[in-house]
Amino acid sequence: MNTNTDGSSPARVSALAPKEGGGFPNPGLPPHSPRQSDISKPAEKRAERLVAAMFLLSVVGTAVFIAAYFLVTPLDTNLFAEEGSPKALWWSNLITGLGLAIAVGAIGAAAVHWAKTLMPDKEWVEERHDIRGSDETRKVAAEMITGGLSETGIGRRPVMVTAMVAAIAALPIAVLAPLSTLGPLPGNKLHHTFWGHNPGQRLARDHDGTPIKLSDVAMNSIFHVMPEGLTHETPHHLEERAKAAAVIVRIDPKVAKNDESMAMGVEGVLAFSKICTHVGCPVALFEQQTHHMLCPCHQSTFDVTDGAKVIFGPAHRPLPQLPIEVDAEGYLVAPGDFTEPIGPSFWNIHKDK
Amino acid sequence: MTTTTPSSRKQSSDGDTRLLRLGAVGGDFLDQRLSGAGFVKFFARKVFPDHWSFMFGEMALYSFVILLISGTFLTMFFDPSMEEVVYTGPYTALQGETVSRAFESTMEIAFEVKGGLLFRQMHHWAALVFMVAIFVHMFRVFFTGAFRKPRELNWLIGFTLMILGMAAGFSGYSLPDDVLSGNGLRIADGLMKAIPIVGTYLSMLLFGGEFPGTDIIPRLFTIHILLVPAAILGLIVIHLVLVVVHKHTQYAGPGRTNRNVVGHPVLPVFGAKAGGFFFLVFGIITLISATTSINAMWVYGPYDPSPVSAGSQPDWYMLWTDGGLRLIPGWEFTIFGYVVSLNMLIPMAIYGAMLAFLALFPFIEAWVTGDDREHHLADKPYNAPVRTGLGVAWIVMYLILVLAASNDLIAIALQLSINDLTWLFRISFFVGPVLAFYITKRLCLSIQRHKRDLALHGQETSRIVRTGSGDMIEIHEPLNEYDRWELIAHDDYRPLKAGKGVSSLRAKATSFFFKDRIEPVTPAELRAALEHAGHEKHVIDEATGGDYRTPAEKVVH
Repeated sequence: MNTNTDGSSPARVSALAPKEGGGFPNPGLPPHSPRQSDISKPAEKRAERLVAAMFLLSVVGTAVFIAAYFLVTPLDTNLFAEEGSPKALWWSNLITGLGLAIAVGAIGAAAVHWAKTLMPDKEWVEERHDIRGSDETRKVAAEMITGGLSETGIGRRPVMVTAMVAAIAALPIAVLAPLSTLGPLPGNKLHHTFWGHNPGQRLARDHDGTPIKLSDVAMNSIFHVMPEGLTHETPHHLEERAKAAAVIVRIDPKVAKNDESMAMGVEGVLAFSKICTHVGCPVALFEQQTHHMLCPCHQSTFDVTDGAKVIFGPAHRPLPQLPIEVDAEGYLVAPGDFTEPIGPSFWNIHKDK
Repeated sequence: MTTTTPSSRKQSSDGDTRLLRLGAVGGDFLDQRLSGAGFVKFFARKVFPDHWSFMFGEMALYSFVILLISGTFLTMFFDPSMEEVVYTGPYTALQGETVSRAFESTMEIAFEVKGGLLFRQMHHWAALVFMVAIFVHMFRVFFTGAFRKPRELNWLIGFTLMILGMAAGFSGYSLPDDVLSGNGLRIADGLMKAIPIVGTYLSMLLFGGEFPGTDIIPRLFTIHILLVPAAILGLIVIHLVLVVVHKHTQYAGPGRTNRNVVGHPVLPVFGAKAGGFFFLVFGIITLISATTSINAMWVYGPYDPSPVSAGSQPDWYMLWTDGGLRLIPGWEFTIFGYVVSLNMLIPMAIYGAMLAFLALFPFIEAWVTGDDREHHLADKPYNAPVRTGLGVAWIVMYLILVLAASNDLIAIALQLSINDLTWLFRISFFVGPVLAFYITKRLCLSIQRHKRDLALHGQETSRIVRTGSGDMIEIHEPLNEYDRWELIAHDDYRPLKAGKGVSSLRAKATSFFFKDRIEPVTPAELRAALEHAGHEKHVIDEATGGDYRTPAEKVVH
């Protein structure tokens, strides 16, 4: 059973099924049928004129493109709209684009039509040759390689060859040196945020930076917050914002399920990291009715009545909570950092740093 | 090289002679310096087969050229710097905002540079077309078995080009430093940090410190305009050189064998069509860019780590990498105090396995068939039911990930619960590919049976003759030998028994691939069928007197 179709039984048996009598003979190319332009002079002339017309259309397109580039511009002259208006940009894009599309597209259409109607359509046949070299070529090649290698003396000089292998193996390690300087080591950077570095920060509204009073936070509302002291002047302010971003929500203590979490808030006002513990998108959506926070990237859903525990989606850890208090003037302040490192989990996130 | 050429149709005219003289003068100069004549002799009349399904590779090549042209324009005006500036340009909604120079210069390209918006949109649209063309081309090669010996290595090069295409796209759309792409980078950062032991180090090295830092845009710029395109260009050259070395595959047909290639010579027909096709692709991408907005990053605004909006989707070819992240449950465990984030590692492992399957499939199939011959005839997909089934299963798995990455949009559009939808996709991810495999395989086998009948008995004509004895016979119109050849020429494989050089694993594999084979028509069967048809025709002719018209038709005439 397990023999090749030619009857041989080599180490690699082919699953190719045998063919009775070697299969069917190939009938050869079918007869060629002429095109309109092959048999009719007027059809040939028509095709020629059409090709020429398309090439000329391309010239028109080029002219439109160049003219529009200077006469239908986004900011300066614009034939169709007020200079610098959004409509001017729209017209500029449309007319230069249409001009260029016609300029290039018509050349393509002309060339293809030319090839299909006026160039010979009878097919050519070219023989294939084995990809492998002939036995003779292979023999010569093998001799060249063995001859060349033996001239280097690789086989006879083991010490030298070992040293060469060592050198070639060692060199790539050198790449690690410049690679390692691409950035600093993580150290404890991922374990702390601006809140922890600057205890007692007031919670400020993200973007306008105004601090938030406890009395400002209505029931079931959400505020996107940043530390008050974190401004454009802060060094590395984007990196700090990326870690410090938080939200505060106010929930009715009656619906709360997690005493520990409630204890870190003030009168039902709780602050959580806004950075998803899955891959780090901002958890920007809050559903008032269910008290769920939802990450728009991958739909991890957190229950803020239960310490922002994950109730759906790919995140595993709850959103770290930011313990808050109220200062003498009634503003919300954070005495320290989040309860644990924020954002996506990493290898040593639970190690103290 | 033996090439049969149809005799030239026309006498040379005066115009032709003038051209020839010009060619000889220039040719002499070039030949003496570049050995040009030898190259022309080798290449100018090389034959390329013609089929619509061969155009997708060309489309990928041409959109890459358009990417280089439009990209060069963009580099003249783009400033890959994360230095912060206050936006004061003409787009009023962002005036006064603090943005990076990268964002500001992208805004300048879109709103102020003449032709800037057009070239920017062409660049982005061409990237989408590039990736579409690569995927369709890759699956054309997959389904026709054009990856078989001797083309396995070229398949791997093409595979690498697909990966590089995704890298080019991701690094490119991150450059404007807007909210959408910034969150994409943040996800990439989160995934990197999940890698055990080295993750946080890799993230710090890539971003030059903590995310986002001020290094990532200039670094991505170098990757996007130098490293990746250089690698793509180099691999494209090798890809095409190998196409010339192997000569293009062709579909089996009358006159088209495994030992020849039938088609049109580069000069003039193939060259004119291919060159023309470049301009057509260019024209269509330009037309789309002139009329259809893409990546309006001014709507998203500059990158800031705090905001993100619902409906955040990457470009289409990166969608699948987001789908798995949405479907995976929140699995994570801690061992000796160290965290292993399965909710990121499993999706990455699945993507890796899916890609590895594609990359390795030529080698898997060659191991199963044990077929060591060169293959230059492209299979009809239905003649390889298991391969086709596996390919369709892969595509279904991919598409489910793509849909899963759009689950928020689908939930809104169809008014469904996002949680239910996520569960639906979780289940479909496992069930869908299996169903797709089974259905595709059965469809292929049915088509094979149908083609087999067609080859043996010809086309049904819907004309039924009642003979004197009351038999009902349908008149069949036999195929001509050229049409029939296409249906009977293919090879097929059989399952092997274990033992005698066949391992039991391989025996099982051949059984999986080939146990439901539909055997091709044999010459004896065809002889019998033709003989039978001859008898039948005799009976029919006796009953009808050779007039196959229906009574109704006879009345009309």
